[in-house]
Amino acid sequence: MAKSPLIRDWLPIMLILAVFAAVPSVAQAMGQPFAIKVASRILVFAIAAVGLNLVLGFGGMVSLLHAGLFGVGGYVVGISSYHEFNGEALMLGPVAWGGSGNLLITLPLAALTSAAVASLMGVVSLRTSGSYFIMITLAFNQMLFYLAVSLDRYGGEDGLQMLGTLNLAGFDPSKRLVYFYAALSVLAVVLIFSQRLIGSRFGMVLRATAQNERRVKALGIPPIRYKLAAVAISGAICGLAGGLLAGGTQFISPADMSWVRSGDLIVMCVLGGLGTVWGPVLGAACFLLLELGLSGLTNAWQLPFGLIVIGMAVYLNGGLVGLLRRVRAA
Amino acid sequence: MTVLLETRNLVRRFGGLVATGDVSLTVLAGETHALIGPNGAGKTTLISQLQGELMPSSGSIWFKGADITALPSHRRAQIGLARSFQITSVLPDFTALENVRLAAQARQGHSFRFWAQIAQDRALNDEARGILVRVGLEAMTSVPASVLSHGERRQLELAMAMAMRPALLLLDEPMAGMGKMDGAKMTRLLAELKSDYAMLLVEHDMEAVFALADRLSVLVQGRLIATGTPADIRANADVQAAYLGHH
Repeated sequence: MAKSPLIRDWLPIMLILAVFAAVPSVAQAMGQPFAIKVASRILVFAIAAVGLNLVLGFGGMVSLLHAGLFGVGGYVVGISSYHEFNGEALMLGPVAWGGSGNLLITLPLAALTSAAVASLMGVVSLRTSGSYFIMITLAFNQMLFYLAVSLDRYGGEDGLQMLGTLNLAGFDPSKRLVYFYAALSVLAVVLIFSQRLIGSRFGMVLRATAQNERRVKALGIPPIRYKLAAVAISGAICGLAGGLLAGGTQFISPADMSWVRSGDLIVMCVLGGLGTVWGPVLGAACFLLLELGLSGLTNAWQLPFGLIVIGMAVYLNGGLVGLLRRVRAA
Repeated sequence: MTVLLETRNLVRRFGGLVATGDVSLTVLAGETHALIGPNGAGKTTLISQLQGELMPSSGSIWFKGADITALPSHRRAQIGLARSFQITSVLPDFTALENVRLAAQARQGHSFRFWAQIAQDRALNDEARGILVRVGLEAMTSVPASVLSHGERRQLELAMAMAMRPALLLLDEPMAGMGKMDGAKMTRLLAELKSDYAMLLVEHDMEAVFALADRLSVLVQGRLIATGTPADIRANADVQAAYLGHH
């Protein structure tokens, strides 16, 4: 009999959240408040990676679009704040909106906008599969990237610095701890939601589609609708992550949405392990800590970084989750 | 008896090759209808058109009195056409139970439910388990399909088709690649299911075919050369010349 889902799925999620929750007190006790910033960054990318993994690990679709969706979320928060600060209305067709620095409004808006963009692009790209799907999502990602570059009013290539004050349920998200706990709460919600999702009827269909689409059709299920919904959901999660990054750092730039960043998110998922909801959190932590550690040692940090990632990909069958399982089994 | 499935002048060409040549075939409600013919006769091509994976070049397909020629395969599955594949097609990472449960879930309508855990849906799990018992896989419920033996995977295919509660089972060589023992087991199982489902059965094992079928149709080079009871077909001179004689 397999281990109960409580131990296999929920215990690691609770452990991960508990470890992150301990970061601020440990960091302050050690006199390293900078660590909280690092942890917040890890949390934000962990959210995005968990979102991507719904499509990549459970849906079997290799998407290079997700940094773009992440950036869309960031720009929604950034542009909303810009308009509020400058007092110019944002014209959405015939509707004029004054903008907002309230993240309780702009974060959900970021998620919705990214979901909408993801759906639109999903409708087109899901007509293809395999390497064509990868190519089309790459093209869409670059469209979003160059769109952001072309927005001169919002900083263009240099990115958008938010000058207005942001507000999250009465707290100031530019404060280190507010940003950290906001990201941790969102990660908790995203992990719990995703874990429930993959065990639901929807999740079963999504996972089945990744294994054998022909069979799924023969059972009477049209796979494309489910894949599209998965792309939209994962887009919403990435948009939320991008919005958090923008809100917490008061900055968003096209660099956050280049296709290389999409690749980074994939590497995080693969490093962590595609088979579990929580694996990508480990992958994101490992990726960003390696990046930070190595870039402190040498300017040519990408070389050892690449070698380590290749080594992990070759030797860590099943990612860090697989490694943990083998250690436990031994 | 009422007609359940009917093809009218069905033609499918692949370039210059006529894989299905003007086939008009009927399957009656409740009957087990075997489709036999030498290799390359176009049996799987015909099944694929019935299931909707392949579109005919001309002609029409009627199911329960409605023209389903243009329906996509998932819609046909929803109205009661279930296919088991010649080359085993299961979900390798899912357990046997999860495979069958998904088929039962699909029958219950859309799956846009994101929160309730399917593992806790007692009725659905019991149903899937019951079908696995019926096909003789009760010991394998929590084993991933990828580690099942070939024969067990064939049984699982059948279980998935049964879970769809179809009006017609399209069985494409359910005994393909099976040893004598497994083949006999499958024949016994199909004999048990005969009373519950109408079946269109493609099979090479003549012993099994003559034991199971109420009627047979013989396909040679894409054309239907005879349809009749097992006794008719045995006695048919064309069939003997074209097919049975070669064995």
